[in-house]
Amino acid sequence: MNEMAWSSATPSASSPSLSGLRDMAHETQFAWSDPFFLEDQLTDLERDLRNGAAAFAAECLRPRINEAYLDEVTDAGLFAEMGAAGLFGITLPEQYGGLGASHVAYGLVAREIERIDSGYRSMVSVQSSLVMHPIYAFGSEAQKQKYLPKLASGEWVGCFGLTEPDAGSDPASMTTRAEKTADGYRLNGTKTWISNAPFADVFVIWAKSEAEGGRIRGFVIEKGTPGLSAVKISGKLSLRASVTGQVSLHNVEIPEDAILPEVSGLRGPFSCLNLARYGISWGAMGAAEDCWHRARQYGLDRKQFGKPIAGTQLFQKKLADMQTEIALGLQAALRVGRLIDEDRLAPEMLSIIKRNNCSKALDIARLARDMHGGNGIHIEYAVMRHAQNLETAVTYEGTQDIHALILGRAQTGLQAFF
Amino acid sequence: MKALVPIKRVADFNARIRVRPDGTGVDLANIKMSANPFDEIALEQAVRLREAGGVSEVIAVSIGSAQCRDVLRSALALGADRAILIRSDLTLEALAIAKLLATLVRAEGIGLAILGKQAIDDDAGQTGQMLAALLGWPQATFASSVELQGASAKVTREVDGGLQTIEVNLPAVITADLRLNTPRFVGLPAIMKAKQKPIEERDAESCGVSLGARLCVLRTEEPPTRKAGVMVKTVADLVDKLRLEAGVL
Repeated sequence: MNEMAWSSATPSASSPSLSGLRDMAHETQFAWSDPFFLEDQLTDLERDLRNGAAAFAAECLRPRINEAYLDEVTDAGLFAEMGAAGLFGITLPEQYGGLGASHVAYGLVAREIERIDSGYRSMVSVQSSLVMHPIYAFGSEAQKQKYLPKLASGEWVGCFGLTEPDAGSDPASMTTRAEKTADGYRLNGTKTWISNAPFADVFVIWAKSEAEGGRIRGFVIEKGTPGLSAVKISGKLSLRASVTGQVSLHNVEIPEDAILPEVSGLRGPFSCLNLARYGISWGAMGAAEDCWHRARQYGLDRKQFGKPIAGTQLFQKKLADMQTEIALGLQAALRVGRLIDEDRLAPEMLSIIKRNNCSKALDIARLARDMHGGNGIHIEYAVMRHAQNLETAVTYEGTQDIHALILGRAQTGLQAFF
Repeated sequence: MKALVPIKRVADFNARIRVRPDGTGVDLANIKMSANPFDEIALEQAVRLREAGGVSEVIAVSIGSAQCRDVLRSALALGADRAILIRSDLTLEALAIAKLLATLVRAEGIGLAILGKQAIDDDAGQTGQMLAALLGWPQATFASSVELQGASAKVTREVDGGLQTIEVNLPAVITADLRLNTPRFVGLPAIMKAKQKPIEERDAESCGVSLGARLCVLRTEEPPTRKAGVMVKTVADLVDKLRLEAGVL
């Protein structure tokens, strides 16, 4: 795991002239953990930020993950630690507590955090993409100044309420309603599977505005508002290190200025989900890489029938599949990140990488579990924990099948959702 | 007073190092490289001294290929004010490094040089002492605590059998031991800000010192593998082996 081709140790490739092709194999040494020299395609700053996130993950996340996962406890203080390390909202401008970093850097950070655990990456994704992003993109200046710096520092924790007990893949069927009152709105409804909700100070809630004929609007609601409550959903077998809750809104009265003024309709929540899906596409590859590196090392160390099991054809075939899918998945995520930074993103691109990278990561984690034999079921070997987490990653933020339908519609012009 | 901290780019302490099959050295291809950990401790100390007011500016310097910019950027993120890369693609020995550092000390008007006590790759542990000799400065090596007292520094040294506290006049060379401090965690905001800080580049050849190798590495080999132990059946057997084979009783 420590032989990753980090920090520009890669030899430079010879020029791709035809005469050079013959010699290339001799001049360029293959880097097994970075087959296409992804490192060379990053800027110095992106590599440095990635290394910073990796150092944080090694120091602050790795030591506590096993206990957090087994006992299903999330340390609320972790948000402040992540905030101090600068993990939240890194693509936002500095004036709101962000770093002004590229979306590629954001993806690299997600990959390093999820190399430890998908639950920790979920905490970062929700805070950055689902809470800070809508306030930044659709909020008033007063909302931005009030909420963003404290969300960036981790002093405040945010959550995002879109899904309801009876509205999952079909968010337009939500029943949470906002009635107009004399000086604001009154909200009623239930949101479920809400990451971070039991700790949240700031709730971004999507509801149908009755005054606008049921158009979906976003509201920023603060903890302690009468009628607002969040209870933990216990008993998850996946993402156990990340706390999830159900949010109830019972006659929650909020002022006029709690509405996100700059967006209406599903475009609002979907724009948040786009960014989160992008981060998940990188993150899932981080979890997959951890599984791959662990399986490879285990195969080198584990001897059966008098030789390392990595020296068998069945084992090597699995390693080759893992290496191939990860190399391709990372290149795709990098390409989409560059397109976001060039402001050339089409959401269907995210459907391709989110769907592909999550399902390939899950396959890889299951393979790694298998390659670890009986030991693979133990928490110390991490691979089954990753596999369990990735069951959620393939499901949330658009299931595999829903993303297939998005891509099907995009190439046939025929919607097949219903 | 300006402080100078040299930063060496070495194989990461976690990396698995393999000796090249022909015994000419170790294979560094695809190995993660990092700043020498003792140099990070030295840098942390310099930054703390600046924060306490005894040092006005911390300059980090690395000597080597263009890739050394990586470790200089880390040094800037940790808190160095500016960085200098002295470019050379040669394999430089401790004496050549010390000579290059001495020219820099003179050119920059440095009052305190803090170095790691050794680099974790070649473990030579010579550069600080050579630098002090070349400059004619006092040296306080293997420091576990450093306190500036006006024109002198009080340094506690880790020596065989305990601690020794000495006072050296400034300017001086100090080398940092493991227990001097724990370098701070560098967050993403500090990394982002570091990109504003300058890295100046010079050519080692133009420094007017001789860089040629004076040592010849004859052979590099893996440490011998440990031999398997044996199980003894009785205490009497054990005592027998300890007495006759190990010769420790």
